[in-house]
Amino acid sequence: MNYKNKMNLKFLGVSENESFARLAVASFCSNIGLSLEDLSDIKTAVSEAVTNCIVHAYYDKLGEIEINCVITDSYIQIDIIDNGVGIENVQEAIKPFFTTKPDKERSGMGFTVMEGFMDKMIVKSEINKGTKVTLIKNLKK
Amino acid sequence: MEVKIKLIDNTLYIMLIGELDDCSANYTRDILDEALKKYSFDNVVFELSQLEFMDSTGIGVLIGRYKNLKNKCKNIYISNPTKTIEKIFKMSGIFEIMPKIS
Repeated sequence: MNYKNKMNLKFLGVSENESFARLAVASFCSNIGLSLEDLSDIKTAVSEAVTNCIVHAYYDKLGEIEINCVITDSYIQIDIIDNGVGIENVQEAIKPFFTTKPDKERSGMGFTVMEGFMDKMIVKSEINKGTKVTLIKNLKK
Repeated sequence: MEVKIKLIDNTLYIMLIGELDDCSANYTRDILDEALKKYSFDNVVFELSQLEFMDSTGIGVLIGRYKNLKNKCKNIYISNPTKTIEKIFKMSGIFEIMPKIS
C-alpha cells in the first residue's frame, strides 16, 4: 500500500477509552485538509466501532482493541479490530435497528451510522475469533 | 457530561452538556430519570446546543426516556443539535416522535 502516513493503537476495551480512541483518530487525521464535518463524521464512526467492541465483542471479559489507520493520497482507512465473540450473521447485524440488547436501551444503529458517515464499510467476523471493521473515507481532490 | 434542568411554566428544559457516549450513558440516564420523576410538566425540551458529541448510544438513551415519558407529558422536543448529531437523529427517524424545534 502506498501510504503517506500511518498509525497503530492498541488499548484495553473499557468504556473510558471510547473518547480516547475517537479523539486519537481524529487528531491523527486533523492536518490533511479534511473539513470539520468530515472529522466529526470520522470521530462518530470510530466511536461506534469501538463501542461495539466493548459492549458486544468483550461483553463478558476484558480484551484489547487495535486500531490501524492509514492515509493515502486518495483515502483514509481505519481498521478497528477485536478478538472477542464475533458476529454470527454480519448481514443481519448491520441492518438498521438490529440489536441483541434491546433491554439495555441499545438503538441498533451503530453499523448504520458507520455506513452513513463513511464512504465504505467492510465487516469481517469469525465466531470466537473476533471482528475487523474497516472504515474508509475518500479524500476530495 | 453535565445535565442542567430548569422548569419554566409547564416545560421542563433539559440541557445536555459535553459528550454522550456509552461511557457517560448510565450516569446521564440516572440523572434524567431522577429529574423526570421529581417535576411535573406538560412538555419536555432536550436542549442540545452544548452537546459536543453523541453517537448512537444517545439514541438509545433518548428513546428510553421517551418510552417512560410518553404517557406522562404531552410533547417531547429536541432543540439545537449540532450538524453531526442531527444526521444521526435523521438516520434513526427520532424526529418523528420527538420533533425538532429551534
